[in-house]
Amino acid sequence: MEVLINDFSPGLFVVQTILLLGLIFLLVKFAWKPILTSLNERESGIEDALLAAENARKEMQNLQADNEKLLKEARAEREAMLKEAREIKNKMISDSKEQAKVEGDKMIRQAQSAIESEKKAALADIKNQVAELSVEIAEKVLKEQLSNKTEQLKLVENLLGDVKLN
Amino acid sequence: MGKHFIRYLCATFKEPLFERFAMRKAMPSLRYLIIFLLSITCFQGFSNVPQEEEGPVSSKEEVDEYIQHHIKDAHDFHLFSYTNDAGERKHVGFPLPVILWSSNGMVAFMSSEFHYDDEGEVIVEKGGSSFVKYHTKIYELQSGTKNLSFDEEHHPTNATRVLDFSITQSVVGILLVGLLMLWVFSSLARQYTKRKVPKGFGRVLEPLVIYVRDEISRPNIGEKHYRKFTGYLLTVFFFIWILNLLGLTPFGFNVTGQIAVTAALAIFTLIIYTFSGNKEYWQHILWMPGVPYLIRPVLAIIELAGAFLIKPFSLMVRLFANISAGHIVVMSLIAIMFTLKASLGVVGATALSLILSFFITLIEVLVAFLQAYIFTMLSALFIGMAVADHHGDHVFGENDDVDDAEEARENFI
Repeated sequence: MEVLINDFSPGLFVVQTILLLGLIFLLVKFAWKPILTSLNERESGIEDALLAAENARKEMQNLQADNEKLLKEARAEREAMLKEAREIKNKMISDSKEQAKVEGDKMIRQAQSAIESEKKAALADIKNQVAELSVEIAEKVLKEQLSNKTEQLKLVENLLGDVKLN
Repeated sequence: MGKHFIRYLCATFKEPLFERFAMRKAMPSLRYLIIFLLSITCFQGFSNVPQEEEGPVSSKEEVDEYIQHHIKDAHDFHLFSYTNDAGERKHVGFPLPVILWSSNGMVAFMSSEFHYDDEGEVIVEKGGSSFVKYHTKIYELQSGTKNLSFDEEHHPTNATRVLDFSITQSVVGILLVGLLMLWVFSSLARQYTKRKVPKGFGRVLEPLVIYVRDEISRPNIGEKHYRKFTGYLLTVFFFIWILNLLGLTPFGFNVTGQIAVTAALAIFTLIIYTFSGNKEYWQHILWMPGVPYLIRPVLAIIELAGAFLIKPFSLMVRLFANISAGHIVVMSLIAIMFTLKASLGVVGATALSLILSFFITLIEVLVAFLQAYIFTMLSALFIGMAVADHHGDHVFGENDDVDDAEEARENFI
């Protein structure tokens, strides 16, 4: 302790105090203040930039989500439209099928009835012609056969015989 | 001799001017180096003073004395000594101005007037007083006496110590480091006006500044107040660190090993935390809340002693003792070369000395940083304790105090 006190130089203490005071003052004014200010500015600048980047990223994400949503909606809409179109098509096809069937049936029926009536007419015609022909033939045959008296008698006899059988 | 000093001062102070006007071109640092070397070497020739009674330092006692001499401040800048062909002891260095406050007022002369005498044999008569230098201290002889006389413990009896404001070796070191710091850090500050990120040497300095701010100032003082004190902490940190490193160079500076210097530093910290202490700080010192009333005055005495004596004293002695011890150990290990020459031979003693002093010097480089860090760190901690907000919560406040007290106790060890 005594050595410490003996070594203590009051003059050096005073000089050191003055020099240190001056050094602190000058350094704070010309070095530390500008350095710390610009360091802080730079750090807050970096922080702001990072924040801005983060915000931009979020915005980008939002945009992407929006896009995706829109795309999904569009896809759904397309799907719905396609479905509707398909349904309409199917309906149209089935409708026209039905209509065609009805129409066809109708035509078939008409044709059938026409055929029937034609047939009937033709049959009636044929019948008439056959009757006329057979009458003519019978007339001719009768004329031929009943040209003599015996034959006529024989026929009468036959006819009479038939009557008897009835 | 005054002329030489003025030339020396010119060479030192011209540096910033050169930087401003002439050294815009390439390789400014090389020119600085040349100027610095010139400013040192140009004085070598002037101070060669024959000293017949001294030989080279070789015995154990001489080594002890040499180390004791080295860790003290010096009034001249001594670079090395040698013995010339005629057997004369020559000292190479340059004198520094001696400024004294004697009984007859201010006296100034160059230290070369003592002719490198440190035993109180050369008497300098100036301004009506007689001065002698004995063991790096300057004494004023009582009027009428012509010789310094001593008591049994080698204390001068017929002379008084004078207030010594000399530009001693330590003051030169402080000035050098101060100018270096001003130059280096103001150039770093100027860089920021031009670019966001500094280049060159500024790129080395910037992380150090950020380190002090983010690792020492901000965590210990707190986000709210740290900005105000960071300037002081940065100054002290770099001041101590550079001076510690300068002490490891062979120029023989031992500035942070001067108790007056560390005392001034510690008192700066004391003043700062005393005057920036808030209401809670003083309340916790003078009238500790949350303890019985009877204990409060006892605690107040302890706390006052802690705040005004123990804290600055620990700061002062820690730095002083560490740096002085480092110097003593390094020099003792170098001295192995002489002291063990007889038992180990020249080669063995030299090799042992080289290896040991090399590793100790490496450790000392670490210690140089560590002591600067610890001093700054503790200053920040003490300031932080003074400005901390205690949030009014008693339980929390008590815990806080326990923590602080424990921390402080750890720091004193």
